[in-house]
Order: sequence, then structure tokens, then C-alpha cells
Amino acid sequence: MTNETIQQKLQEKFGESVFHFEESYGMLSFEADKENNLKVLQFLFDDETLQFRFMTDLCAVNYPDDKGRELAVVYHLHNLKDNVRIRFKVFTAIETPDVYTASKLFAAANWMERETYDFYGVNFVGHPNLKRILNVDEMDYFPMRKEYPLEDQTRIDKDDEMFGR
Amino acid sequence: MSRPVRFNIHPKEANTADAVGVAEAPEGYAGEGFFTTKLSDVVGLARKNSLWPLPFATSCCGIEFMATMGSHYDLARFGSERVGFSPRQCDLLMVMGTIAKKMGPVLRQVYLQMAEPRWVIAVGACASSGGIFDTYSVLQGIDQIIPVDVYVPGCPPRPEAILDGIINIQKLVGQESIRRRNSEQYQALMNSYGIQ
Repeated sequence: MTNETIQQKLQEKFGESVFHFEESYGMLSFEADKENNLKVLQFLFDDETLQFRFMTDLCAVNYPDDKGRELAVVYHLHNLKDNVRIRFKVFTAIETPDVYTASKLFAAANWMERETYDFYGVNFVGHPNLKRILNVDEMDYFPMRKEYPLEDQTRIDKDDEMFGR
Repeated sequence: MSRPVRFNIHPKEANTADAVGVAEAPEGYAGEGFFTTKLSDVVGLARKNSLWPLPFATSCCGIEFMATMGSHYDLARFGSERVGFSPRQCDLLMVMGTIAKKMGPVLRQVYLQMAEPRWVIAVGACASSGGIFDTYSVLQGIDQIIPVDVYVPGCPPRPEAILDGIINIQKLVGQESIRRRNSEQYQALMNSYGIQ
């Protein structure tokens, strides 16, 4: 199974709904509308030749300058039989960060979606237990979004002389 | 050809004449068969030379603490060889390492479980101020949640520095008045941390 056959199969099934195919370091990566993410994942899972039945990783990326597409949710999938990996991305606006949950399809997505929610605030619609997993429960912001200055310059409890700043 | 093994063929006599220290007796009035002094001095002397540390080690400072406990540096020389792992039995909380915000309530709980009198030593930059971890997930110094008596600087501090911190704690313990824990200042300090 080559990247071309994967791309061909996907385009046969979904046509224009899957796009932005690219290959980086030999790994296929493509994109779909966020409404279609479960259909694409299900097809990749069920298809007799594709058989992407293992989710290695799920994460988000924040592109603050890309208006309307600020948050990307990235699924890393693995076909264990042929040892082929692909990346699948959906983009969403940061004002409405709603993406359907993949936790019904992949049990592994449960905690990874909680982590992604914890750090980026992606709202996984239909997730059974969408609450913070790593940070303190009282936290009222999403720390990995690129909204914050690297360092608070107004702090007074850290002495410049002692911390070399 | 291997060298012949020759250990201790000329064993050196240990010279303990000046090496053995004895805790100094507090000020008082001594006579034939009796000695009078203040109770607080005796209690302070006993407490400072038999501190039971509770190590709360989360990272590299904890490794330095292990070296401090080992035979080379030997914290036992200061009467603190009995490291307890139950807060109920211990009177010196040694916080060594980065305390994440999520760990904060745990540390506070451990402190609350200790019986009075209790002392706290913050070992290393992270426990004292957050250190290099100027970030959303790390508590910027444990003195935000519990009162601290002695801060040991360093990243991580050498065992000598930890010993220096212990000696400073001993000074505090030895000089503490018996009534300090009932004083208004102490109550105010506890209240400022929300501890009754």
C-alpha cells in the first residue's frame, strides 16, 4: 500500500471533501472539513485495504494568524498490518472550537481528547467525560494557545540579580 | 598481571580527640549534683538535636538530599538520621524540588497533618521561588501555600548547602520560646495561610 493508493481511495470515496494532500518525509498528510472527520476516520478504519485501526496520537495546533482556521486537530493513524502511518487534520475557528469526538471509534482518543481540550480548549462534541486531565481543575484558560506573552515582565517576586534576567 | 590487593596494611589510628562534639549545656546554675536552667532551653536543646525530617522530594534536589543522608555527608551527625515518612511523626518538612500547582494541595495536606511544633525548609530554587519554571503549571514558591522557615538557594544546592539549612533550622528550633506557637503573631501567620 503506497501513499498514492491511499490518496486515490480517499478521493474516490470523498471527492472534493478531502484536500491538501501532502507528503513530508514519506508520510502522507491530508485535510478534511471538520464536519466530516468521523466519516473519514470510519472509512479509514473499515476499508478492507486501508485498515487504519490504531490511533497513535491526537493533538491540536494553534495557528493564531490563520483567521477562521486557528485550531487544527491532528489525528495520527497507524495501519499495524502494513506498518503505514498517516496524518489527518481538521481545522476549526477558535470562536467555535467544536469537533466531533473520535472516542466512540478509538478508545485511545478519550484521554487524548481530554488533554487536547485541557491545553487548547477544543470542544469535542459527544465526548463522555470532557474535563481537564493534566492541569488543575480551577484553571480558567487554555495554556497552550498562543495568546500569552512568553514571560510576565511585571513580576516582582523574582529578582533580576538572582535569576539573570 | 593484576596488582596485589593490599588494603589497610598500615591502618591509621582514628584521632577522635577533637572530632567528637557534644551539645553545649544551656546557661544555668550548677552545683554539687544538680543543675538548674530554663525549661525552654532544655526543650529547645532536645528538639534541635533530634529533628525528624520528612522529605518531600520531587526532583533533582531530592537526589542531593539522598547524598546528604549518605555516609559521606551524613545528616545523622546532626541528630536527624531518623527520616520519617509519616507526617504525623515528623517535625521538619523538607520540600525539595519543583512543586506543580496540582501538587500544591497535596503538599499543604502533608503540612496540615504534621503536629505542632513543625518547621519547613525549602530546598532549592524551585521550592523557594519556582526557579526556572516560570510557567502556568508550576507553583512559584511553596511559601504561597505554607509558611517556610529556611530557604536553601541553589539549583540544585550541594549537600553542604542543605546541611547549612539544617543547621539554621536547628538554631531556630533551639532558640524558640515554648509559648511561640500560642502567640498572636503565630496565629496571624497561620491565618494568613488560611490554616486554623
